[in-house]
This record gives sequence, C-alpha cells and structure tokens, in this order.
Amino acid sequence: MDSLITPNRFPGKLIIVEGIDGSGKSTQLSLLSRWLRSSGYAVAFSEWNSSPLVHDTTRRGKKKEMFTPTTFSLLHATDFADRTERYILPLMRAGAIVCADRYAYTAFARDVARGVDRKWVRNLYSFAIRPNLAFYFKTPLEVAISRILGGRDALKYYEAGMDLGISSDLVESFRIFQGRILDEYEAMAEEMGFQIIDATQSIEDQQKQMRKIVLKQLGRSLKSSVLRAPILPSGQMNGQPA
Amino acid sequence: MASRHKKSPAGPAKPLTPYSLPLPNVDPAALTGKLIVIEGADAVGRSTQVIQLRQWLEQEGHAVLDTGMARSALAGKGIARAKDGNTLGPVTMTLFYVTDFADRLENEIIPALRAGFIVLTDRYTFSIMARAIARGEDAEWIERVCGFGLVPHAIFYLKARVKQLVSRVVIGRGAFDYWESGMDCHFGHDMYESFVKYQTQLIRALDHMSKRYGFTEIDATRTPECIFQDLQKRIAALNLQKVPARGPKVSA
Repeated sequence: MDSLITPNRFPGKLIIVEGIDGSGKSTQLSLLSRWLRSSGYAVAFSEWNSSPLVHDTTRRGKKKEMFTPTTFSLLHATDFADRTERYILPLMRAGAIVCADRYAYTAFARDVARGVDRKWVRNLYSFAIRPNLAFYFKTPLEVAISRILGGRDALKYYEAGMDLGISSDLVESFRIFQGRILDEYEAMAEEMGFQIIDATQSIEDQQKQMRKIVLKQLGRSLKSSVLRAPILPSGQMNGQPA
Repeated sequence: MASRHKKSPAGPAKPLTPYSLPLPNVDPAALTGKLIVIEGADAVGRSTQVIQLRQWLEQEGHAVLDTGMARSALAGKGIARAKDGNTLGPVTMTLFYVTDFADRLENEIIPALRAGFIVLTDRYTFSIMARAIARGEDAEWIERVCGFGLVPHAIFYLKARVKQLVSRVVIGRGAFDYWESGMDCHFGHDMYESFVKYQTQLIRALDHMSKRYGFTEIDATRTPECIFQDLQKRIAALNLQKVPARGPKVSA
C-alpha cells in the first residue's frame, strides 16, 4: 500500500508543488502548466482541498470551527481521496500531466504541526500516487509572512492555527504555526526526494529552474508516454485532418 | 496485535484505551462511562435492538447516549449528499465515514463517557473496516487509520446468514438499497446478486474481526424478543451500577 514510496507506472506524469503559504508555489505551478500546455501536452490541474463532494462539509467545519486536529486531517484526506479516485488516477492512466498544487506532503507537514501522529498521517495517505516530480519552494518564514500579510486582508482561523490556542493574536499564532509547518517540510525534504527551489529568487529564475528540471527528469518519457495534441500547421483547425 | 485487547464482557472495569493511537487531549482515566457496541451486517436488526436497549437502560436509571454511522454534526449531511449522487469512490467513502466516526467520538462519545453515560453505538469502526475490506482495500491500512478508536467494554455482533438478510430486506423493506447492495462496486449484475455477494464479503470480514477483536457473537436468527433478552442478560453482567457517575450532572 505504500504508493508514495513505490514509483508510479502510469503513462501520465504527476508534478506537484509544496511549500508554506506565501512561498509562491501556486504562481510557479501555474506558469509551468501553461508552458507544458503550449507545448501540446494534455495538462490537468488539481488543487488542495477542492473536491466538490467534500466542499460543503469542509466549509461547514471551518465556519463553525468544529474541527479537531483528527477530523481536520481526516476530512482533508477524504477530499484528497475523492480527487485521486475521480480525477488524478484516471487522468494519469489516460496519459495526462497532472499538476497538483499541494499534495499529501501538505498533510504530513500541517497535520503533524497540529499535533497529529506522524506515522498515522503517513499511513492515512498511503493510497496516494507517488509524484514523478515534487518541487519544494524553500522560503524563510519572514519572507513568506511578509508576502501573506502584504497581500491579503485577513488571516483565516485554521490557516493561522488558531484552533491550537498557541496565541490569541492571529498574526502571532500564524507565525508560530507556519514555523512548525516549515520545520516539518525541512525535515522531510530529503526523505521525500523534493526538488528544492530557492523561493527568494526572482519569479523568472525559479521558473527557468523548474523547466530545466522537468526536461531533465521527464524529457524523454514526456515525449514517449504523455498524451499530446498533434501540432497543426497554422490555419488548420483542431480536429481536421492535417 | 488487536487480540491483546480481547476481554471478557464481565471483566473488571478498566479504563478505556485506544486500539493503537491515543487521541490528543483525551485522558482515558476520566472516561467513567461504558461503551457498548452493536455490530452486524445490514438488515440484521441492530437498530431495533438499540432502541429497546436504550429504553430499558433508561428505565434502570442510566443515562444513555445512542449514536450511529453518518450521524455526526460535521459529516452526516455531506455523506448523505454524496451517497445521493452515487459518486463516492471506495477510498473516499471509507475516509468520509472515518471522519464522521472521529467527529462523533471526539464530540459526542467521549464527552458522554466522561459524564458517566452508557454509550450505545449502532456500528463502530468495525463496519467501516469491513466495508473497506469488502471493497478490496488493504486491511492493515484501514485498521491503522481507525486505530484511534477506543476499545469498547463490549462488542455484540449480531450474526445471521446472507439468506436471512435477504428475506428481511425483501419482506421488511420491499426493495434492495443501492449502497447496501454494494452497487458502487458492481459485485453482481443486479441488486440481488450484488447484495448477496457484497454482504457475504462483509460477513466474512466481520467474522474475521470477531476473533481478532473479541466480539461477543449473538445469534440473530432468533426473534427480536429473544435477542433482546439475550443482550439484556449480557449487558447486566457488565456491572453497570459500579460505574461511578463523575462529571457534570445529567439533566435529562
């Protein structure tokens, strides 16, 4: 059952990004997926905590502040299972490149920072498909925090770890909680084989580095196994014979 | 591993312990109530027994909480909606039910046990595990996921054969249920065939757990009255009166 350890043998490719809030990982993944798409590859996108099946329950739990660390962890795993079973797995089998913004490692870092048992969470996610590439956006805590505080109006309750009662001050709680998450990421980076990107670099430099890694690690198998739209000479519509 | 937790129902009152993983913020020594589980396949007559047992226990002066699957404040509605759409994958369904169980355990069952209640639960982690195993999921995986469950004082396993379940469904309800027939996994060509195959798998999984987790097997092929008397006798043997009623006073 340890799928996260066993390499996946699907024709598709799974590329995921991880990092604390404010690390810039979503921006980078979005740029990468557009680049892959413009190269003609079939690209799909899956975001953390986005299953329509689980959405209402998550919203309910957050709004009424009903979560314990255990139920928070379990419901996010349910969301992840739904996306895996209905979306990621079939698309991987069909030969698409699936880009996931956060993956099981988010739970490994965040749930453990919430006090959930490390081994238990890892077992919980053992049904997850192992990514072909996992990028980790390494960011000093203060850099990430200044990006978050500068860009959004308010920190959210669970995002700031307010449920843990670390501090009654939202910003202070956020700082401590994100610091714990950062420690967990750093501790697992090597074990999980993360491709580490220095997220203090310019957006352009990070993207250049990502693309280089994708080509180096996946280049040959991208061409041989991933679904690709036929490249048409200009003036011809999709679906018409070349 | 789990056979270590095997206990005789009439044994001395030991503090409740988790199967493999302690929950954060729970002191087992403070849980003075009793946890009684009624397990069994679909349509075996569990809910009827829970209703009667509750009435009887309350008449005896015990405070009772009864609970059952998909009744949590957090996930109950979400599960019902997901089942309506018939779109639940097996791992998703399993984890949704574990979420529901965890919410009830932490927010209903444990507070009630702390207050000295008798908690009667219609199904427990065992049904969740049996359903997962019947759908081909890894037994060790789901057992570890459910490891935060408390070891109950007694687990009564209402046991019947598939043939008897079929007749109860047909006579009692008049139709097969999509999920009870395991139609999400298409065990058979039609609901009857699928029901028989799926419930056979479920019973096999529960039978296997019976030894592992020390279930008390109850012959559920008898009349409901007979089963009730049997359960009464066994529950009385749990020394319920010796439960010290600590914690907040019970108003209803």
